[in-house]
Formats: sequence, C-alpha cells, structure tokens
Amino acid sequence: MDATAAPLKDTPLAQRHLLLGARLVPFAGFRMPIQYTGIIPEHRAVRSQVGMFDLSHMGEIEVRGQGMLAFLERMTTNDVTALSTYQAQYSLFLNEQGGIIDDLVVYHLPNRALLVVNAANIEKDYAWLTSHCPPGVRLANRSDETALIAIQGPRAEAVMTDLVDCDLSEIEYYHSAEGTVAGRQILFSRTGYTGEDGFEIYLPNELAEPCWDAALEAGAQYGIVPVGLGARDTLRLEMKYALYGNEIDETTHPIEAGLGWVVKPDKPHDFIGKSAVVAMKQKGASRKLVAFVMDAKAIPRGGCPIQAQGAVIGKVTSGTHSPSRDCGIGMGYVATAHAAPGSKIEIVIRDQQVSATVIKPPFVTNTSHR
Amino acid sequence: MIKDDLKYTKDHEWVRVDGDTGTVGVTDFAQGELGDVVYLELPPVGEKLVAGARFGTIEAVKTVAELYAPVSGTVTAVNARLTEEANLVNQDCYGEGWMIKVRLGDPKELGMLLSPGEYGQLIGQAGHA
Repeated sequence: MDATAAPLKDTPLAQRHLLLGARLVPFAGFRMPIQYTGIIPEHRAVRSQVGMFDLSHMGEIEVRGQGMLAFLERMTTNDVTALSTYQAQYSLFLNEQGGIIDDLVVYHLPNRALLVVNAANIEKDYAWLTSHCPPGVRLANRSDETALIAIQGPRAEAVMTDLVDCDLSEIEYYHSAEGTVAGRQILFSRTGYTGEDGFEIYLPNELAEPCWDAALEAGAQYGIVPVGLGARDTLRLEMKYALYGNEIDETTHPIEAGLGWVVKPDKPHDFIGKSAVVAMKQKGASRKLVAFVMDAKAIPRGGCPIQAQGAVIGKVTSGTHSPSRDCGIGMGYVATAHAAPGSKIEIVIRDQQVSATVIKPPFVTNTSHR
Repeated sequence: MIKDDLKYTKDHEWVRVDGDTGTVGVTDFAQGELGDVVYLELPPVGEKLVAGARFGTIEAVKTVAELYAPVSGTVTAVNARLTEEANLVNQDCYGEGWMIKVRLGDPKELGMLLSPGEYGQLIGQAGHA
C-alpha cells in the first residue's frame, strides 16, 4: 500500500453498492463497484436485457461564454460547429505532437457546453483547458457535484420511458434532452460504452440515490441488474472501444488508434495537434490498433507481447475473456503490415506463444445499438 | 467461508487429506477475489509436485492467478469437469470445484500448513463452517 496515496473518493451511490453487496476496488481515485454478482452474468444482462451503471467517477467540465464554440474548436479534434443544440459528439484533446490528452464527449447545450472526461484525467484536462482559456470563456469543473448513471441494453428505452417523463423515440443516438427525475429537471443522452442502445443520465449528487432506486423499480419488469466496471470493460472490449490509459494516451496518435474519424482537419478552425495529425495521415501510421481473437483457449492481457513468425511486432493493450464469444479476445498495436483482418499473429502469454487472428471489429455485431 | 476439516496455504489453496491422498482446491476467499473463473491450466496425472511451487494457473475474466502446491507428491487425478465448467470453482470451491488429487510425498509437510483458525486470521475472517 502506498501510504502517501490520497484517500479514495466515494460516489453518491456508495451506500447502494454496499447494500447490493458489490465488490469495491480502487479505480481512478474512487472506490468503485467492479461487480455485484459476477462479470459474466452482468455482461449478459446488458447484452440481452438491461443493466445499470454508476459512472459518477467520470468528470464533467462546463464551458460557457461568447467564445465557447471557437474555444472548443481549438481544443477538440471533432467539428463542434456541426452540432445542433442538445447534440453530443465523441472527440479528443490532443497535445501539439498529436498525442491524446484525453477522449471525451462534448454536449452542445443551450448557452453552454458540457465536456465529459475520464475520471483519471479530470485535473489534467481542467488544467489544460484553463491554460488555453481566452477571455470571454468561463470554465467550471462540475465533477464533484455531478453523478452519472447509465442504463444500457435492448430494454433500456423501456426502462427510461418509465423513469423520465419524455418521448424517447424522438431522441437519436448521440443526442440529449432534459427529463424529469424525482420532480427535478435533469440532462440525459442516448449514449453509452457498451454497444447496446442506452442512456446516460447526469444528476446533481442528491438525486443519484432517488434516480438509482427509481430505475431499479422501473426496470424490475425488464430484468434490470446493477453492473460493475468489470462488465463495463468486457462490454466495451467486445465493441473495440478504446479505453484511455490502455489503448490511448499521450504517446498514441489518433490515426494509429483508429480514431481518425473524430479528427476533422478540414473543419472551419484550427485545433491543437492538427499539423501533427495531418502529417501522420499523409505518412501513414507505422503501427495500428487491431482487434484479435485467440485461436486456442487462452486469455490475452494488457502488456503481452505480440509476435509474427517469432518476431515481436507489438503489444496487447487490453484483453479479456469475451462472454459473448466465449473465447479470449484482445486489442493491441501491431506493425501495419500485420494489421489487416485475417492476419495470423501470436500472443505471448506467460512465455507461451498462442496463435490469434486479427479480425474486423467489433467482436460482437448483433447488438441493439442503433 | 472456511471449512473446519481442511488445511490451508497462505496462497489461498486448501487440501483435504484422506489417507495418503490430498485433494486440492482454492478457498472461497480466493474465488471471491478472482471473480468469474473462465478456465484452468492443471498438471497431468503423474506430474510430480513440490510444496510451494507453481502447479497451475487459474484464469478469471478480470485477472489471472498462479496456483501453488500445498504439498509435495504425485498427481493421481485431475477434475475433468473443470475443462468445460470452470465456474464450478466459483459455485462450489470446496466440493465440485476441486482441482487435483495428490499422493502425498511427505505427510510431515501437512504440519506446515495453516489451520482453519490461522487461515481465517490471515484473511481477516472468523466465520468457520
């Protein structure tokens, strides 16, 4: 134990997790539920019915002021000017070298924007934004006062319809709206990190417990279960969604990470890191993030070397047992020559080379995500 | 849950002694820490084990752990059901989730193992069953 480590924070739902018998682990400075009953049953519940996640560790940074859009154009890679009000957008903060400072979701709301960032990066992102913030733009870190509950799965819409007083058929993927929970107006969006249809609900801390309880009650008839970070990881891995700290960090570029689709060099304004990304796009990436399945019974883990014909060609960034495919799956960077779907590679797991095949992602295709 | 009729290691294996044979598995505490067990790598029948040395691997969704032999001896049986139903380790770690049987090479080694009380202290749990 590191005696100098800061004490772990609890989310506003800590008491609920204790009552549900969750197994709690330290994650990004928070005490978070990794599982309630088990990763596999929780994973299956989200794929087949509906699950509910406490994601209150995530960061929320509010941006206001006249120069808001121009500022976000400069700080993020995607085209903020393309957003309609209440629309959301996946995006990146880059440094000048094109390295990824964080990945985030930008919400364009009336008179403000909300940036949802990774828990481990809240302080770093806020400092980065502050150091570039022009007069006329105001930043506020709302992370400590904001709870986040995600409801994900093919039955998520049914649960949400009962929970918030709102016609959800009007709300498209990556759009948000205001709804009512416990008599108060709250923001929610049709977004998620599972590959399933689903919603994320932003709440003042004091509404976290009432909303959680109401969702469990509304979801009972649809088979809702609480889901921990363990299944969140297997669900996102099956979709080949990047996790900051694993697939992406300040040493990785968007192009090699397969995130070129959220980088818009042709948008109206310049953004930090643009010249580096454009150069990389022209030159072509020397390595690429790939998805692979194990050919034999073995589970790849982050850090395992990747080889081809005995020569090291890369490293695993994330790996797990896929509950949907019932086999070992992983993601990792490999030399571009070995990145095409169908390429045969070997994963070195505890000094043993185990054969694997690069696939065209995602690992699971028949999900409810629209 | 800790069983009163077993001996334990500090690495969370248990051994049940019956004559000259010991049956080996992992404890309830261990399976709880590991979470959903997906599969196991176990030694073949006939393999010689050395007390304290690695004899296999247990893969859970989230993590992997090594298995250490509580006693020296020769493997006489391997639980074949675990090949297809590895999560028996989660469901019934002291029963159907047993891993291997070992013909004890040196019964005196049993004296080195932890009693249920000692193991309970190690994991900070008092509840015997």
